[in-house]
Amino acid sequence: MKSRLASVTRRSCSQRPLFRPLTAANTIPPCLSLSQQQQRRPVASFEQGPSQRPDSQYVSFPGAVKSAFSHTMKFESPGSYPALPTYRVVDQHGVVVDESFTPDLTDEEVVQLYKHMLTVSIMDIIMYDAQRQGRLSFYMVCAGEEAVAVGSASCLTKEDVIFSQYREQGVFIQRGFKLGDFMNQLFANRNDPGKGRNMPVHYGSKELNIHTISSPLGTQLPQASGAAYALKMQHMQDPSIPPRVVACYFGDGAASEGDFHAALNMAATKSCPVIFICRNNGFAISTTTLEQYRGDGIASRGLGYGIETIRVDGNDIWAVREATKKARELALKDGGQPVLIEAMTYRVSHHSTSDDSFAYRAKVEVEDWKRRDNPIIRLRKWMENKGIWDENKEKEARESTRREVLKEFSKAEKEKKPPIRTMFEDVYEEMTPDIKQQMEKMRQHMERYPEEYDVGDYVGGVDSLKQ
Amino acid sequence: MTIRTHLLKRALAPARPALTPRPSPSSSSPLLSLSIPHSQHRRRQQRLYSTHPPNAKLNLPTDYGTTPLLNHHSQSALSNPELPPDVRNGTTKRMNLMQAVNDALSTSLAEDESVLIFGEDVAFGGVFRCTMKLAETFGGDRVFNTPLTEQGIVGFAIGLAAEGMRPVAEIQFADYVYPAFDQLVNEAAKYRYRDGTGGRSAGGMTVRMPCGGVGHGGLYHSQSPEALFTHIPGLKVIMPRSPVQAKGLLLAAIRSNDPCIFMEPKILYRAAVEQVPTAAYTLPLGKAEVLKEGSDVTIISYGQPLYKCMAAIKQVEEEMPGVTVELIDLRTIYPWDHETVFESVRKTGRCIVVHESMVNAGVGAEVAAAIQEDEKTFIRLEAPVQRVAGWSIPTPLVFEQFNMPDVARIYDNIKKVLDY
Repeated sequence: MKSRLASVTRRSCSQRPLFRPLTAANTIPPCLSLSQQQQRRPVASFEQGPSQRPDSQYVSFPGAVKSAFSHTMKFESPGSYPALPTYRVVDQHGVVVDESFTPDLTDEEVVQLYKHMLTVSIMDIIMYDAQRQGRLSFYMVCAGEEAVAVGSASCLTKEDVIFSQYREQGVFIQRGFKLGDFMNQLFANRNDPGKGRNMPVHYGSKELNIHTISSPLGTQLPQASGAAYALKMQHMQDPSIPPRVVACYFGDGAASEGDFHAALNMAATKSCPVIFICRNNGFAISTTTLEQYRGDGIASRGLGYGIETIRVDGNDIWAVREATKKARELALKDGGQPVLIEAMTYRVSHHSTSDDSFAYRAKVEVEDWKRRDNPIIRLRKWMENKGIWDENKEKEARESTRREVLKEFSKAEKEKKPPIRTMFEDVYEEMTPDIKQQMEKMRQHMERYPEEYDVGDYVGGVDSLKQ
Repeated sequence: MTIRTHLLKRALAPARPALTPRPSPSSSSPLLSLSIPHSQHRRRQQRLYSTHPPNAKLNLPTDYGTTPLLNHHSQSALSNPELPPDVRNGTTKRMNLMQAVNDALSTSLAEDESVLIFGEDVAFGGVFRCTMKLAETFGGDRVFNTPLTEQGIVGFAIGLAAEGMRPVAEIQFADYVYPAFDQLVNEAAKYRYRDGTGGRSAGGMTVRMPCGGVGHGGLYHSQSPEALFTHIPGLKVIMPRSPVQAKGLLLAAIRSNDPCIFMEPKILYRAAVEQVPTAAYTLPLGKAEVLKEGSDVTIISYGQPLYKCMAAIKQVEEEMPGVTVELIDLRTIYPWDHETVFESVRKTGRCIVVHESMVNAGVGAEVAAAIQEDEKTFIRLEAPVQRVAGWSIPTPLVFEQFNMPDVARIYDNIKKVLDY
C-alpha cells in the first residue's frame, strides 16, 4: 500500500519517486486559481510580478524581477564597493560632529544614562573579582560595550520585547532591573527568577519583557523574528494593543550561526517588526573578525536579505540612540519590517572569567583602546563640555554605586538557595509521573545518606522533596 | 520474463496503487477511494516494491479495509469511551488520516485566533495535503509558507509561543528535523524550566512531521526519529495510529501547554480510512490504549506497525487456540504510560516491543528496561523482553521490506516468547 511522497506534481502523474519539491514554488498548482493564491496582505510573489514583454530590457525570471539584462560579463567584487560607513554623533573627545543633532533628553536624563553605564561597569569589576575569589562560579563583563546596551534600550518602550545574548547588562539596568536582581541571579539564591537553574549572567525578567538568556549562541535570533510576528498579529487582532517591536541582541560571532541566516530571512519574508542589534566587538572569544567573516562586517549582509541596515559607532551612546529611535520607527512602518543595526565596539575585557585574552591579543592593544576610546568617558566628556558633570560628581557617583553593589552583594550571598524540589519543577507544566517518582527516589536516598549531602543551604532541606 | 526486465518493470512501477485514483483537490468529492484488497487488483498491474512474495502467508499487505484497528462504522467510532458524551451523540464522517489532521488543524484555527500554521509549502495545502483550504479559509497571515529553513521554522515557532501564540509548525519530513534539533532540545524543551518564575514557555508550540516508512522513501523520506526526542526532558512526543486518534491527539497537542512533537505516519495519510466524529474532541496525552485484550503475551507498539502486529496476532491465535495476545498502543511515546504497560506485562508475563526505527537505544530499549526495573513486573516475567525493530542501519531504499519489522518477524517473536 502506497502513499505518494509528494503530490506537488503536474497534472500528468509523475512516475518518479519525488524528492522534496524544491521547485514547487515555481509551479502554480493547477488546482488553485490565482485569486485563491492571493493573500490578504500584498506579498512579493512572482504571480503578481510583471509579465514578460517582447524585447523587454528586464528579466522576468521569478527569482529576480528587477534585474536588467547586461551584455557585458562582469562578476561583482565585494572589494569594489566601499565599506558601509559608521554613523557617529559625538567624537571621542565628546564633541558633536553631526551638526543636525540636538539632544532629545534633559540634563537629568543624560546623567541617568551615564549612571547606568557607570553602574554596569562598577558591578562588573566587583563581580569579576568575586568570581576570582571563588564566591560565584562564573561571570562575564561588558567593558567597552555599555553604550550599545544602555543607549539602545533607552529608546524602546516598556512593552517592547527583548531577546539578548549575554553581554547586555546595560539593557537590564536601563529597563529597571535592580542591583539586587542581578545579585540574586548571580548567586542563584531563593529570589532568583530563574530558580537557581541557570549559570550566572543568564538574567531574565517577565515584568521587564526580557526573555531569559540561554547559552546556545544565535538561537534567540529566529525566536525574536517569531516573537515579533506574534506582536504584529496581536496588534492586528486587537488594535487596542499598541504596536510593539522586538529588539534582539547578538555578537559578531553568533552572526555566523545558521540561526542568524534563518532569522533575518524569515523576518524579511514575513515582515516582522524586529530590530536586530549586533555588537561587533572584534572578537568571539579568541577568534578575530578576520577569521569570522570576509565580507563587510555584519551590516553588509542585511542588504542581502532586503533589510534596512545601519552601522553605528557603538562607543557613541548618542549615535546608538539616534539609530535605535529611527530603527523602531522603521520597524513599525507599513505593519512591520526588520531593521539591522551593527554597533562597532571593542571587547575591552576578557571574554569571561574562564578566559585570559592576553593569550591571543596584546595587552598594549587593549590598554590603548581603553585609553583612546571608551563609551563611558566619551559621554562624560560630553557632559563636562556641557557643564553638567565634574570631578566631584564623578567621585560621589562612583563611591555610592560601589557601596550599593557591595551591600546588595552581601545580602544576596547570604540568602538561602531555592528548595531542592525546584530542580524537578517546570520541566513540564505539571510534574509527570516519571518525575514525581524520581523525586521520591531522591528523597528516600537522601534520608538514608544524610551525611553525604549538604542541604543546609536549601530552603526546607530534604523535606521539600515530599509529594 | 527475464529477471532483468522484471527488475526494470519493478523499478518503473508507479509509486502508488494503480487503482487509487488521483485525488482532485479542487473537487468537493471525498479525496479518497477505498483501498482495494489485493486479490481484486487487475491482473496487469505491475509488482510494487511492497508487493508480497507469491507464496507469502504472513507478509501480506495490510488490509486497511477490514482491519479491526479502524472504525469502519460510525457506531464503533462513537462508542469510544474516551470521547465526551456530546461527541458520542454526534455524527461521524469517513476520513483518511490526512483529512483528520486537516480537520483538527481547521478546528484549532477556528476556535483560537492565536493558532498559526506554517512551514514549507503549507499555503497551497502541503505536499501531503494536510493543510488543504486552510490558508483560503483563515487567511495568509495565519496559514503561511516560510523560507526553506527548519531551524528558522522551529525558532520562529518558539518565539511565537513565548509571546503567547499557539504555533503549529510543520517540518516537511521528520528526516529534515535535524537542522532544528538545537532549537527543539536546547530551547523549546528548556524554555519553561529556565524562565522560572517568569513562567514563559514554548508550550503553545506543536511541531508536526510526517514520519516512517512508505515503501520507497529511502534514506531521507522514511525515518522515525522519535527516540531522539524521548531523551529530551521537556518535550512531549506523540504518534497516532489512525484518523480518529490523529484528530483527537493533535487537538490535545495544540491545546497542551507543553511543546509537542507530533509525528504522523505518512504511509497512513491516505491508506487508513475510518469513521471520525465530526465534533471537536481531544484524546488524553500520556495515556496508552489497550487495543486488544489477551492473557499470554503483551505487544507494545505505536504508529503503523500496530497494523502488522494485529495481523501477526490473528495468525498466532488461529494456529494456537487458547493463546491470546494483548496489544497496546503507546500513543504518547514520551512521557509514556508505564502503569498500563506494567499492568499488562504483570498479567501476561511476556512482552514484545515493536517499532520501525533502529533497535538500539530506541523506544523498545526504554520500555524493556523500565519493565525489568519495576519490581512488581520483573518477578512476573516468563521470558526475556523482545524488541522487533529496524536493524541498526539507515533506511535503505530497495531493502525496506527486510529492514522494517514485518508480520513474519512479529509472528516469529510471539512464538519465541511463548516457547521460551
